[in-house]
Amino acid sequence: MIDPWYPAVLILIILICLCFARLILGPTPADRVVAVDTVNTLTVASLVILGLIYREVIFIDVAIVYALLSFVSTLFIAKYIGGEL
Amino acid sequence: MHTPRPARGDPVIAFFLTFFLSLFVYLILTAGSGNVGFWSVSELTAGVALSLMTAAIARKFLCRAGNYRMANPLRFLLIPVYVIGPFFLEVIKANLDVAYRVITMRIRPGIIRVSSDLKSDLGIFMLANSITLTPGTITVDIDEKTHDLYIHNINVGAGDEDKPVIPDYELFSISDLPKWIRRIAE
Amino acid sequence: MISEWIIVAFLSIGITFNALGVIGLLRFPDLYTRMHATTKATTFGSVFTSLAVIVYAISLYLNTIDPQFIVLGIHSLVAAMALAFTNAVGSHAIARAAHRSGILPAPAVIDRLKEAGQ
Repeated sequence: MIDPWYPAVLILIILICLCFARLILGPTPADRVVAVDTVNTLTVASLVILGLIYREVIFIDVAIVYALLSFVSTLFIAKYIGGEL
Repeated sequence: MHTPRPARGDPVIAFFLTFFLSLFVYLILTAGSGNVGFWSVSELTAGVALSLMTAAIARKFLCRAGNYRMANPLRFLLIPVYVIGPFFLEVIKANLDVAYRVITMRIRPGIIRVSSDLKSDLGIFMLANSITLTPGTITVDIDEKTHDLYIHNINVGAGDEDKPVIPDYELFSISDLPKWIRRIAE
Repeated sequence: MISEWIIVAFLSIGITFNALGVIGLLRFPDLYTRMHATTKATTFGSVFTSLAVIVYAISLYLNTIDPQFIVLGIHSLVAAMALAFTNAVGSHAIARAAHRSGILPAPAVIDRLKEAGQ
């Protein structure tokens, strides 16, 4: 049985590159925030898989902290767009 | 900008609840580090010290509503049952629905108003998050006074655009999620 | 070797729904419908890739009895939970802010929030 993890990470990275199209095209700032949020989610997913490939728990700790920090940054950009900041 | 309301209720209870919650999270994240139980002595010491600091700083934020109903561990045990059981079925249905809409592009979007009889902050919070992850709907805004939710629906049902307010249980088809949330949070 | 098949199934479900979310992000006509695709599909897909990692970690632990893999599984579970929670709340924040800043749903049969005048 072939190793499924490397192709999975490769597809996730291709999907992240596709998200950049919406990041560049997006007509409004809110569209760009949605694209960045998607990139963050896919990055966390690929970091979890990479942590398993290299047998390093620290990758998954980095993924948890990355998810929480991207959440905070999304909230602040949303506040800025909504004019509450 | 909202200034946080002053905490009602007993500040000592709020302090200890925040302390135990942060210590619990710390212990989960450092499990497997040594041989006192699953933890090493240095991790346990650091965890207690950091949790005390967190509780001293953040006790005003966690228990802001001054109601300690969620301190009952039985309610915490209901949350995994809710997430694995009825909620997960709805999430699977939601994703098949999104897949269908992405491929065929048959959409009829609109923002509708949904009434809910949940009253507590946590109940409204769980209902809004459940709506966001379940079929065809995301929460856009909440009316702070009447607890009505404004929901963007990707496929407004025929005739729904004429009704001014839709009750919350009509959004879910497999099981009655608002009833579960009421059992957990209220 | 049933665990290998479970892993491949979970991983392919996860990758498929992640791809559908990104295709929806590129294809849908306005902000709110794009958020339907990204919020639901990528959360579901990422939770399923994490579940595949957890199943593999458990099967490695049963083969080698090395507690490192249990730690890896628990941390993956925490990452998946953090992801599911933060995506829902973040999408709610973006939708509310976008509607306040005047971005209305472009093809829409009804807009009760605009009628309510918020």
